Amino acid sequence: MNVIVCMKQVPDTSEVRIDPETNTIVREGVPSIINPFDENAIEAAVQLVEEHGGKVTVITMGPPQAEQALREALAMGADEAILLSDRALAASDTLATSYVLSCAIRRIGDYDLILCGKQAFDGDTAQVPPGIAEQLGLPQITYVIGLEVVGDKVRARRLLEGRYEVVEARMPAVLTADKHMNEPRRPGLKSVLAAKKKEIPVWDAAGCDIQVSSCGLEGSPTRVIRTFAPSHEHEGEMIEGDPRDAACQLVEKLAAAKLV
Amino acid sequence: MDFAFTEDQELIFEAVRELCDEELKPKADEVDRAGEYPWDSVRQIAEMDLFGIPVPEEYGGLGMDVLTWAVVGELLSTGCTTTGAVYGAHMLAVYPILEFGTDEQKEKYLPPLATGEKIGAFGLTEPGAGSDAGAVSTRAELVGDHYVLNGTKIFISNGGDAETYVVIANLHPEKGTRGLCAFILEKGMEGFSFGKNEEKMAFHSLSNRELVFEDAQVPKENLLHREGRGFRVAMTTLALGRIGMAIGAVGLAQAAFDAAIEYSQVREQFGQKISEFEAIQFMLADMATEIEMARLMSYKAAWLKDQGGDFEKTAAMAKVYASEMCSRVTSKAVQIHGGYGYTTDYPVERYMREAKLFEIVEGTSEIQRLVIANRLLRENRLS
Amino acid sequence: MAIYIEEEKCTGCGLCVASCPYGAIEIVESKARFTDDCTMCGACVSACPQGAIVLEMPRKGEVDTSQYRDLWVVAETTPEGDLAGVTIELLGEGRKLADELDAQVALVLMGDEVGELAEKAGGFGADTVYLVSHPSLKQYRTGPYADVLCGLINKHKPEIVLFGATSMGRDLAPRVAARIKAGLTADCTELSVDPETRLLHQTRPAFGGNIMATILCEYTRPQMATVRPRVMDRAQWQEGREADIVEVPVDIDERSVATKIVEVIADEGAGAVNLQDAEIIVSGGRGLGAPEHFALIQELADTLGATVGASRATVDAGWIPAYHQVGQTGKTVKPKLYIACGISGAVQHLAGMSSSDCIVAINKDPDAPIFKVAHYGIVGDLFEVVPELISAINERRGQ
Ligand SMILES: Cc1cc2nc3c(=O)[nH]c(=O)nc-3n(C[C@H](O)[C@H](O)[C@H](O)COP(=O)(O)OP(=O)(O)OC[C@H]3O[C@@H](n4cnc5c(N)ncnc54)[C@H](O)[C@@H]3O)c2cc1C
Ligand SMILES: Cc1cc2nc3c(=O)[nH]c(=O)nc-3n(C[C@H](O)[C@H](O)[C@H](O)COP(=O)(O)OP(=O)(O)OC[C@H]3O[C@@H](n4cnc5c(N)ncnc54)[C@H](O)[C@@H]3O)c2cc1C
Ligand SMILES: Cc1cc2nc3c(=O)[nH]c(=O)nc-3n(C[C@H](O)[C@H](O)[C@H](O)COP(=O)(O)OP(=O)(O)OC[C@H]3O[C@@H](n4cnc5c(N)ncnc54)[C@H](O)[C@@H]3O)c2cc1C
Repeated sequence: MNVIVCMKQVPDTSEVRIDPETNTIVREGVPSIINPFDENAIEAAVQLVEEHGGKVTVITMGPPQAEQALREALAMGADEAILLSDRALAASDTLATSYVLSCAIRRIGDYDLILCGKQAFDGDTAQVPPGIAEQLGLPQITYVIGLEVVGDKVRARRLLEGRYEVVEARMPAVLTADKHMNEPRRPGLKSVLAAKKKEIPVWDAAGCDIQVSSCGLEGSPTRVIRTFAPSHEHEGEMIEGDPRDAACQLVEKLAAAKLV
Repeated sequence: MDFAFTEDQELIFEAVRELCDEELKPKADEVDRAGEYPWDSVRQIAEMDLFGIPVPEEYGGLGMDVLTWAVVGELLSTGCTTTGAVYGAHMLAVYPILEFGTDEQKEKYLPPLATGEKIGAFGLTEPGAGSDAGAVSTRAELVGDHYVLNGTKIFISNGGDAETYVVIANLHPEKGTRGLCAFILEKGMEGFSFGKNEEKMAFHSLSNRELVFEDAQVPKENLLHREGRGFRVAMTTLALGRIGMAIGAVGLAQAAFDAAIEYSQVREQFGQKISEFEAIQFMLADMATEIEMARLMSYKAAWLKDQGGDFEKTAAMAKVYASEMCSRVTSKAVQIHGGYGYTTDYPVERYMREAKLFEIVEGTSEIQRLVIANRLLRENRLS
Repeated sequence: MAIYIEEEKCTGCGLCVASCPYGAIEIVESKARFTDDCTMCGACVSACPQGAIVLEMPRKGEVDTSQYRDLWVVAETTPEGDLAGVTIELLGEGRKLADELDAQVALVLMGDEVGELAEKAGGFGADTVYLVSHPSLKQYRTGPYADVLCGLINKHKPEIVLFGATSMGRDLAPRVAARIKAGLTADCTELSVDPETRLLHQTRPAFGGNIMATILCEYTRPQMATVRPRVMDRAQWQEGREADIVEVPVDIDERSVATKIVEVIADEGAGAVNLQDAEIIVSGGRGLGAPEHFALIQELADTLGATVGASRATVDAGWIPAYHQVGQTGKTVKPKLYIACGISGAVQHLAGMSSSDCIVAINKDPDAPIFKVAHYGIVGDLFEVVPELISAINERRGQ
């Protein structure tokens, strides 16, 4: 049972702000963490391998600093970690990211499952895992809160709006983990220190047969043209009038702000 | 002089900080109110291998130095003082075995203590032997291949919940302190039981039980160090324990400071944040300065120990300064919180009560000053 | 855009024939061959064990954008078999955008025996409905839905395709986008078009809502987006309006579908009090005067689909259980909308809710500190204002 986990290092979003002058994202001084849903994916992978044998390989596409997150994944029990880092990959959107990851996964080869997080805390799109599944021609099961491997099939419980769905797919398949799936373990210090000593290979685009025209800025169909802080009109507004009148005015304002 | 930690140490501290922020701190109040030994938190720090930090790798530990152990104790104390206290008291059993144990004793007792599978405790204090530790009256007699112990110990941290005990008893009362011996006891040994668990003004969930020996049967091979060397074992253990107490006080004071500086920037009176009042700012400045001073003293004592130097005086200085500092700082934290600080809705009133303990255990402030003064006079004797 | 078979790899096994929803592959002399019905949906590509089928999509810069016209909405249905709310919202928003582009609105409706809904879509403003009915499409599954949709898109070339940012839309859209190599913007809360460039300006929150981003897909088509439910206005119902219904015949072989739905279970606990995840919270304070008056708060909450919160004063008085408490010693919340009724706004209460996106305060004391953090304040008796508020909301809904 070989499991590949796609993991992203993300800024701790609760602390990310927009610079009001330049309208750009302030990343300085914001701590980086493993995308929380990816921790669930790692935990699930480690549990599967504890049960069925095999190995867990964690891969991330990111800047050299992402190595830190890979070490945390190793401490959590992953057997191997790969850092996919190349200037050509920077600024990839979800299509390009999923293309790049699918190329790297082909290079790893020999896998039964690919686990991802439900979505990344920063980009928040949830688009990379289905993209990976498509580019590898594999079935996908998103929003998974529980899974079980029976023979050559994986059976997963998905959390949807107001209902659960139990789905079965042939392996290999791509699954995305929801936070309700498990409680990610807190690695012991021995594992943390051992993980520090492990070799983490760094792969570049050429080594994975990645077409440079399909990744990075060039390979990304979407383009962010503007970022800005959501408006928190804090100039409080007092609504005058008799109760009926005030209520109607309020509802208008809330409706205009799409709140009711 | 190098104040930098190694990469490994930074990794460890970061992991412990995270554990404290995410797990221990949020439930610290609950842990204290429960009045029950904090097994949950103890298991959590055990799973993180924290108990193994000062234990050599060959005995299942991480083989880190005393400084690393101390900083982890500080962080735990900031997160949850009770858990920090458990961690500190545990070391009082680990350390004498490490320092004085035979290979067999180390092989037998250290691995489960390193993983936290078993918790340790140290029994010295008796109703009639507090500051005057040499006055221990628990009797030991050699009968065949067993030492037979009779007497009681009180206030023993982790007592009853721990599995492994290092206990001081007197084999030859006529020889005074030179009759003292140290023994390793296991919970469940014949004739070894537990009495009252003290009710205290704070640390409600830390067990401080009476150890009762009624013809307790201790196998001969459980003698730690040599006959008559018990006082030395106790003093060596307490010397290290002082570093633990000093750093625990630093950690607690830090928690109080953190709460105070946050509150001062939220609370408004006279149309402004109270942090804008100079009187509050000065309190915060003094608190931070004193904490830093105590921290540096404690780290230095740990560092001296790791260098193999004589750390006893430095550790005593750190302990007395840090514990008294902690009382001042926690009291100021309550002051900054005003009436709210006096309610049980905020943790600072608990911090203030907890702080007092550090001035008492493992040698009261008075005893620390005695130790310091004795050393000073010895070092500066006029010829 | 092209699809072809590398003949030397093809073994004529026929798995591609089974996978093709459009019945557009035949085996001739032990080799697969596409017929004219091929829509280039790409379903066969992953079905081929030899990797003999290649779908080539134009890449960025190679797309002739002028060939693409019209705005599509991909329909979603409720478990009860009606059009989902988000679909009606997308028809409403889609209509506005399409009008600016002088384009048509089409609804892609996949399901089993959903003809009735196709008729309804006309009334909600669709000009065309692509109706794809097949037993294998009864419940949403990624594979067949993606295959059918890719085929339709490649054949008809819409300029814009909108999906609901629901568990279905967010599962389907990226799969489709990856196959046809189109850009996709996630979870949009605002859309607009520039009639000059015909570009869709897609605005969405990222970084956990701390940041908004506007995104364009300049060089690929269609421009695809998933749109957050309950953000856009619903399409107005127009009695008698009809859409052109285009029935799309498909042939899906259940054996070639990679996933099987074993069971669907309704989530009982969905209604439990979960202040932290609530999008709207209506909180009551001591101003309610008596425990039974929380019923009024509950009524307003029900009207808004909100969760009920409370100040500590009411919890301490035993009017409501402690898990409703917001504040320093209760829950810290950050809903989109927080309505405080009869709450003074003590610092300890504010500590738990002041970062809510929008705060409404109703209090009879004009100097109550709650007004300092409120975005909208109404000075008045809550027993008068709240019932009016409930009826004003209901009236607006009824319009
Ligand atoms: C403000 C902003 C808005 C954006 N909006 C869009 C948009 O609407 N559409 C678009 O196409 N792009 C968008 N992007 C670009 C997008 O964030 C990046 O492409 C990013 O690399 C992947 O998307 P995500 O973070 O949303 O990941 P998601 O798709 O949400 O991630 C889900 C899972 O995929 C895996 N995964 C994702 N990235 C990696 C990685 N680098 N390495 C390993 N595994 C990974 C992880 O398991 C992760 O849990 C946006 C970027 C910014 C800054
Ligand atoms: C919560 C808690 C946990 C504890 N854990 C342990 C444990 O794990 N193991 C253990 O063995 N013990 C433990 N103790 C005991 C602790 O170490 C003793 O309480 C401490 O050493 C003081 O002894 P005492 O209480 O007998 O005070 P006393 O010695 O009676 O002191 C009373 C007062 O007299 C002063 N005094 C005494 N002698 C002198 C002197 N010569 N000159 C000046 N002043 C003097 C003291 O400073 C103090 O102010 C614990 C105690 C508590 C409260
Ligand atoms: C240590 C500590 C921790 C605390 N933690 C919290 C906490 O977590 N959460 C919390 O909420 N509080 C907390 N408090 C309590 C807090 O200080 C306030 O006492 C409490 O929030 C007051 O609740 P209230 O606003 O409902 O009541 P009040 O302050 O009595 O306010 C009632 C308000 O209702 C208005 N009113 C009365 N009648 C009407 C009417 N008919 N129509 C409209 N308005 C009307 C009044 O003008 C008044 O402003 C804490 C206090 C302490 C000391």
